[in-house]
Amino acid sequence: MGARARYGFVVAAVLVAVLPLLLSNGYYQSVLVFIGINAIVALGLNLLMGYAGQISLGHAAFHAMGAYASGILTATYHVNPWLAMACSVVFASAVALVVGVPTLKLSGHYLAIATLGVGMIVSIVLVQWVSLTGGTSGLTDIPTLSVAGFPLNSDLRYYYLVWGVCLLLTLLSINLVNSRFGRALRAIHVSEVAAATCGVNVARLKLQVFVLSAAYAGLAGSLYAHYVHFISPERRFGFPFSIEAVVMVVLGGLGNIWGSLLGSGTVTALGEFLRQFGDYDVAAFGLILMLAMIFLPQGISGGLARITLRRRPAPTPAAPPQEVAHR
Amino acid sequence: MSIWALSLQFLCTGLTIGSIYALIALGFTIIYNASGVVNFAQGEFVMLGALLAVTLTAHGVPLVPALVVSVALVTLLGCLLERGFIRPLAGRPVITPIIVTIGASITLRGVSMLAWGKDALPLAPLPGPPTVALGSAVLQFQSVWVLGISLVAMVCLRLFFDRTLTGRAMRANAANREGALLVGINPGRMVMLSFMFSAAIGALAGALIAPITLASYEMGTMLGLKGFSAAILGGLGSSPGAILGGLLLGVLESFAAGFISSGYKDAVAFVVLLLVLFLRPTGLLGARKLGGL
Repeated sequence: MGARARYGFVVAAVLVAVLPLLLSNGYYQSVLVFIGINAIVALGLNLLMGYAGQISLGHAAFHAMGAYASGILTATYHVNPWLAMACSVVFASAVALVVGVPTLKLSGHYLAIATLGVGMIVSIVLVQWVSLTGGTSGLTDIPTLSVAGFPLNSDLRYYYLVWGVCLLLTLLSINLVNSRFGRALRAIHVSEVAAATCGVNVARLKLQVFVLSAAYAGLAGSLYAHYVHFISPERRFGFPFSIEAVVMVVLGGLGNIWGSLLGSGTVTALGEFLRQFGDYDVAAFGLILMLAMIFLPQGISGGLARITLRRRPAPTPAAPPQEVAHR
Repeated sequence: MSIWALSLQFLCTGLTIGSIYALIALGFTIIYNASGVVNFAQGEFVMLGALLAVTLTAHGVPLVPALVVSVALVTLLGCLLERGFIRPLAGRPVITPIIVTIGASITLRGVSMLAWGKDALPLAPLPGPPTVALGSAVLQFQSVWVLGISLVAMVCLRLFFDRTLTGRAMRANAANREGALLVGINPGRMVMLSFMFSAAIGALAGALIAPITLASYEMGTMLGLKGFSAAILGGLGSSPGAILGGLLLGVLESFAAGFISSGYKDAVAFVVLLLVLFLRPTGLLGARKLGGL
């Protein structure tokens, strides 16, 4: 992690610590909690999409597995919530492994299609397997998390837990993409063949990133379940949320770790803001998404960088591209 | 009813819905071949075809002209979508236009919810007796229309792609974009045409199935995803594959609903999708070579 990144991380940490004190309204704090939970999903998905160059159209499934594993273990079987959380992350990762092994051997976007299938199957099972998941009426009475007898039972307390986890995972992601592992990832994003000739095991690396991103989504699901105490298949655990997660990553900026936080903040806050327009929110969200994709090719983070760069003195022009000799 | 009689019944209903999946899968295939884009707004073309036909007939337009006009309107929409939102993205990574089609799909669904409300609306079936007996199976007569018109549409598409200059240009563009460009084929125009064709057959599929399933703003999501599964099952990029995949998926789903559980019926398409990816990623009739998508 370079000096600039460390500086940025400290600024972000201070911002995270101070923000809820400025927004003392409980509603705003709960929106911030949801932003943090979504940001964890986006961080993982960004590693997959922005660095390994693979798309998942079913991350809601891993999110759901995390939430339901936690919910079922704690509410139905009264397992310790922290243990349940660990189990839920392992469960989501294991399913990702099973899906990833056959599809990531193939080059191209077969993972996108497979995850789409997994996402749809999971959302159907959540509704149909009533004895386990509670069906459409969902699971209730998911207990509150507590740390050494200190219950995280207010929005503010939960906020610090979620954002603490989120910042840790941000740090992990930044270190990961700047490590040998991350360089190999970027290499396969540019050219799988070139990376393979340099000794990178392409399929294995893609699989590792995919499993890691599913683990992030599972952990976020578990955090969600313990925050709202009630989970049902609607909204968060189906295809729409998978798409929302992809949108957060792309809107924030593919391959930009901080962009994921920006993207999840924007998408979540936008969704909350549009709610006041009632049924107009769906159409407005779709339209904003289309326009953002057209006018912000590098996402919000890329757009911000462009604006700040414009104010600085013009960079020295790059050397003209060398003619490549064709033999 | 004996198991054979039941099977015949399930086969007939399966082929009916399967031919709808086949039409939707063809829509995916045409756009994918022309541009490499998976058009997630395909299901919304289907939904709009159905809902526009509902509105037109409610305003006293006779059924057949209503179908023609609704297909024409959706075709125009496909053209506008490509011109307004896909073409400006030329040269960007293929994920960008794909996400734009997702945005288009959300927008169209949202607008349709505002325009038509959240209730499912009925559409009158095409003329004929209410039901028809086929051996021991009893079908709504609309099923016969669905099968017949789908077949005609597929034959027309085949003839168009084989016999006309424009159709051959579209195939040339799909086979090799640079090569097609060299002989004077405008790739942008081919992509626009592909969106128009996909929109048209999607709208046709929607207007045909609406009398059986009702029409609502949210019908497009599931139909679109199943059509996509059918295209993968057949081998994405292959038109005969799309038709075969659609019919097979419809029949499998119908048998699963009848013999296993109707609640899990919708999962069949996606289980099949996963099995295909795990066992035969090229699909049933796909190209031997992997990669591309």
